[in-house]
Amino acid sequence: MSDQSEIWARLAGLTPARIGLGRAGSGQTTRSVLRFGLAHAQARDAVHMPMDARALRVEIEALGLATLPAASQAGDRAAYLRRPDLGRRLAPDDRGRLAASAGEACDLALVVADGLSARAVHENAVPLLEAFLPHAERAGWRLAPVVVASQARVALGDAVGEALRARAVAVLVGERPGLSSPDSLGIYLTLDPRAGRTDAERNCISNVRPAGLTPDKAAFKLGWLLSQALARGLTGVRLKDESDRVLAENPAVPQLPED
Amino acid sequence: MAYRHVVGSHIWAFADLATLMAKATPPRSGDRLAGIAAETAEESWAARWCLAEVPLKEILARPLIPYEADAVTRLILDTHDQAAFAEIGHLTVGDFREFLLTASTETLARIAPAVTPEIAAAVSKIMRNQDLILVARKCRVVTRFRNTIGLPGTLAVRLQPNHPTDDPAGITAAILDGLSYGCGDAVIGINPASDSVQALGDLLKLLDELIQRHAIPTQACVLTHVTTTLEAMERGLPVDLVFQSVAGTEAANAGFGVTLGLLKEAHEAMLGLKRGSLGDNGMYFETGQGSCLSADAHHGIDQQTLEARAYAVARAFRPLLVNTVVGFIGPEYLYDGKEIIRAGLEDHFCGKLMGVPLGVDVCYTNHAEADQDDMDTLLTLLGAAGCTYVMGVPGADDVMLNYQSTSFHDQLYLREVLGLKRAPEFEAWLHAIGLTDGQGALLTGAPNRLLADAAGIAA
Repeated sequence: MSDQSEIWARLAGLTPARIGLGRAGSGQTTRSVLRFGLAHAQARDAVHMPMDARALRVEIEALGLATLPAASQAGDRAAYLRRPDLGRRLAPDDRGRLAASAGEACDLALVVADGLSARAVHENAVPLLEAFLPHAERAGWRLAPVVVASQARVALGDAVGEALRARAVAVLVGERPGLSSPDSLGIYLTLDPRAGRTDAERNCISNVRPAGLTPDKAAFKLGWLLSQALARGLTGVRLKDESDRVLAENPAVPQLPED
Repeated sequence: MAYRHVVGSHIWAFADLATLMAKATPPRSGDRLAGIAAETAEESWAARWCLAEVPLKEILARPLIPYEADAVTRLILDTHDQAAFAEIGHLTVGDFREFLLTASTETLARIAPAVTPEIAAAVSKIMRNQDLILVARKCRVVTRFRNTIGLPGTLAVRLQPNHPTDDPAGITAAILDGLSYGCGDAVIGINPASDSVQALGDLLKLLDELIQRHAIPTQACVLTHVTTTLEAMERGLPVDLVFQSVAGTEAANAGFGVTLGLLKEAHEAMLGLKRGSLGDNGMYFETGQGSCLSADAHHGIDQQTLEARAYAVARAFRPLLVNTVVGFIGPEYLYDGKEIIRAGLEDHFCGKLMGVPLGVDVCYTNHAEADQDDMDTLLTLLGAAGCTYVMGVPGADDVMLNYQSTSFHDQLYLREVLGLKRAPEFEAWLHAIGLTDGQGALLTGAPNRLLADAAGIAA
């Protein structure tokens, strides 16, 4: 029996799946039940915890970036979850307000959106922006004020980017929390943002979190994709993310962040 | 023609059959999202009163999507069994509910080819959960490939050993774990992270070798697009079951990249391989309420009726397994535990009534208002309803697809509470290798012969 326990422990090391749990009769052990319940609670809290937009704006402004608030047409979390269409539309007054505060045309609008995990945004958006700024500076990209958007889905960025007269928009959004990844941030890059863009016209960088794709690497990927998008005039399925190959072939490229 | 129902001084009117069926559907977020749900609780029950008075003949005569406009409608009407329909053709929806409650297993089998998805959906809308359970339990749908699925008193399990990067050692470890809990008689089925034919081939060989090495009376499947599986079959790779996600309208299926013709081609290729030792039911389909709406291909029809239409697609190819992935799609279609439980029972009932071997992926995502207690409730109800199979996912946590399904332990629970057995051939195999006693109960502390495999991969 102890030999078998040892084998199960080794097998469990081969996969993140919950194997070799043992059992208590037909049920799971108390430890497994509690472990699962805690993970689910963290994922639930990530979905329902409101984003602290004010604190985020203070932190982003501390990086030397201007910020603007915005909201979708979903009034609360329940409406947001039931009506994906409302989460994609800007609140009525916000379009005009954003357009009024837009300066000259710019290269990139950055949108921080709560999506399905405020926790992902709280923990990973600022590190990502901080890591991205040197890339933007080196490339000479002009940035719009960073928009912090509540009850927002990815497509809300299209209206924001259009209002801010940006050539491209990058939406930093809390992803649907997995049981062991309540803090995962996604980044969606769309060239020439305007209403009616489809997901096939975006590039996605997902699983941005300390235990996944680190903010430094994600910032490098975003920089790589944006430079390609601006040079080639497209984003989406026809723009393949080959930044991994660049990283692998030439770990000394000047843009590579220190790891 | 408009439908009307009078409640007190108020006349409720419904413009057409599609409207009536949508308004009569027990509440769910997807129909509200589509803008077709009843506005008030009274309207919903007025619609149910009205629907109960509609003759089955009228439902047959008024296709919700025109014959000329949709290949699924054509399939439903062209394959409708008129002779079998004679037995129920004189009934209204309300009469039909009572007919079903009193019908024998043999009667239900006889009328199955006469039941269109719209008829099944209509009657389900005026049935309570207990009706859905009682009637489904009496339906018998038995299928065979390398074992026998769906015999009375049995529950099969799909072993789902997914891995985020398709790592062969990680997948093998999860399979050995699942087999040790007595899971895997429905199928050992992997959702691959990669969709390349190369990756598919590696996984198919892994499954084939494992099944042969241990002489397991079961079948394998890698759940990838049917065109990829067709290519794998052309390359001579060991394909047991052919998988495809299907939906209830031609346009939604087009969104999945499939047509009925393509499914027919894959079905024939599967039959040509003759890999089933006991039978030739070699197709595996997955479905789920909301898929047509999310593909913008719903024609203003409620999501539960469209789901039943997907079973008509499945039925045409004599599948081994069909399951609804009931809580996977998210809260904009099924908001909470109550809606997921109701939908799971409806889907299972409609499938069985139509003669389809329906299993259920009892599941939810973290943004739905649901938890493990809701899953326990639905699993127990489905066990009582005679559900063909459920999923076996390590610890209920699918680390590739990021959702929660039922665990290896959950099926043990259901067997203990309801006395359900596995497919008989698989049950005999587990006993022969010393994992279970003569009654199918797992033996505690028995030497596990399957672990001979583990030395190689976990060295």
